[in-house]
Amino acid sequence: MSTIVLLLITGLGLGALYFLVASGLSLIYGLMGVLNFAHGSFLTLGAFAGWELARRMGGESWGTLIASLLLGMVVGALVAAATEFLLIRRLYNRHIEQVLVTVGLALATVALFDGIWGTDPIYVTAPPWLSHTTEILGARVPNDRFLLIGAAVLVLLGIVAFLRYTRFGLVIRAGVENRSMVTALGIDVRKAFTVVFAIGGAAAGLGGVLASHYFGYVSPQLGGSLLIFAFIVTVIGGLGSLAGAAIASVAVAILQQFANYFLGGTGDLMVVLLLAVVLLVRPTGILGKKA
Amino acid sequence: MTESTTAVVTESILTVSDLSASIDGQQVIESVSFEMLPVGVTALLGRNGVGKTSTLRAILGLIERSGEVTVAGERVDREPTHRIVQRGVGYVPEDREVFASLTVAENLRLAERDSSPNRALVAELFPDLTDRAGQLAGTLSGGQQQMVSLARALVNNNQVLLVDEPTKGLAPLIVMDVARALERAAETVPVLLVEQNLQVVRMLAKKAIVLEGGRVVYDGSAEELLGNEALTKELLGVA
Repeated sequence: MSTIVLLLITGLGLGALYFLVASGLSLIYGLMGVLNFAHGSFLTLGAFAGWELARRMGGESWGTLIASLLLGMVVGALVAAATEFLLIRRLYNRHIEQVLVTVGLALATVALFDGIWGTDPIYVTAPPWLSHTTEILGARVPNDRFLLIGAAVLVLLGIVAFLRYTRFGLVIRAGVENRSMVTALGIDVRKAFTVVFAIGGAAAGLGGVLASHYFGYVSPQLGGSLLIFAFIVTVIGGLGSLAGAAIASVAVAILQQFANYFLGGTGDLMVVLLLAVVLLVRPTGILGKKA
Repeated sequence: MTESTTAVVTESILTVSDLSASIDGQQVIESVSFEMLPVGVTALLGRNGVGKTSTLRAILGLIERSGEVTVAGERVDREPTHRIVQRGVGYVPEDREVFASLTVAENLRLAERDSSPNRALVAELFPDLTDRAGQLAGTLSGGQQQMVSLARALVNNNQVLLVDEPTKGLAPLIVMDVARALERAAETVPVLLVEQNLQVVRMLAKKAIVLEGGRVVYDGSAEELLGNEALTKELLGVA
């Protein structure tokens, strides 16, 4: 029983991390049709920014952790908005060029991060409570999982509130459904594009700082390794669906944890098989709209 | 091109000159030119597939196009779609294109551009929408969705409305409701109307422009066109 509880909660924690990356990817694809392969770089940069701040402030206080999370969000948002404004804006509806530019940007930024921070993992410090465990139904659950889950829930609620109660949110929801009709109502949908990139970048930047605490280190490859699973989650959840991304994040992470424990470390394989099954049975994903 | 013998009001609110457009490299209209009356309804007619919808979409820049488009004397064809619309060009698309996942109220709120939107006019013309403000637009009937689509255009103070087949697929009773709403709207804003239902055209339009093969083949009085059975049959395939 305790093993099941442990796997479920750690799966939720990992799912929270996937969701922080996948939420931005899904919104960006849903509104703009852009598959952003550079999204992992926003995460990595957020993680390095958080670590830089933490080491300057002294890394073990809650104040430092909160400041580094906020800085990761701000850096992720700014870099993502700049990427949209300077690179992607010229390439809407040119999907091959988008892929080439975002893949190129991802490769170039990893090389840049290698140059600045080196190729070796840099270990991070955090408030001691995060490295302790809490007993739930006999399972000793690492406390950092609760931070991840809490952050992902706050991000989900924040994005939902933004989409539901703001004018930009209304434009984004309508734009995901029918972009050209939004334009035909006299709305400059490009502003919404920049906002969506910024939101996605903020979530990724936050995810980057949290990922550095989850894994215990930050490295230039951090974003790339999470991006693969975030893409899988986005496709399984349904491109453009935030709720789908949330459900798929949890499902994929829990499946991965259980398969790793009970089926001899086959978690990644099971996730790919799940992706294949979803694509065969429901190509639009769990909550994706029909083409 | 067939010309009407009756003089029509000449001061144009919307002028289209030498407008050509293509979709995925396929030319859909070619050198279309016409002027639209500054009052009432101008009907844009033609058989299926002659380029009526493409003409409206080309005016708005929703498809690749060349040529000149002026609104109230100002050239707009180099501007992006949202700027053209902001100049006061309202658009009611074919097949309504309401946002299915938004409520009726959200559809209307999204469309509001002006600081003082015509909510009273919309409520007067479409009281049913007020009752259904919280309902998802995707769950409305075709007629109700058409009301939402028209209301989105009428909620702003436009200089001209482009309305594409508003009665398509609607029950006869609803067709007359839509026609009356358009008649009322045309009292304050000129309307360029694409319509297959000639009864509605007879009721509303002063001027008619007929397209064939992507070109204008008639530009003149709607009454003269529809009063001439042979000409109507020749140009529209129906009498």
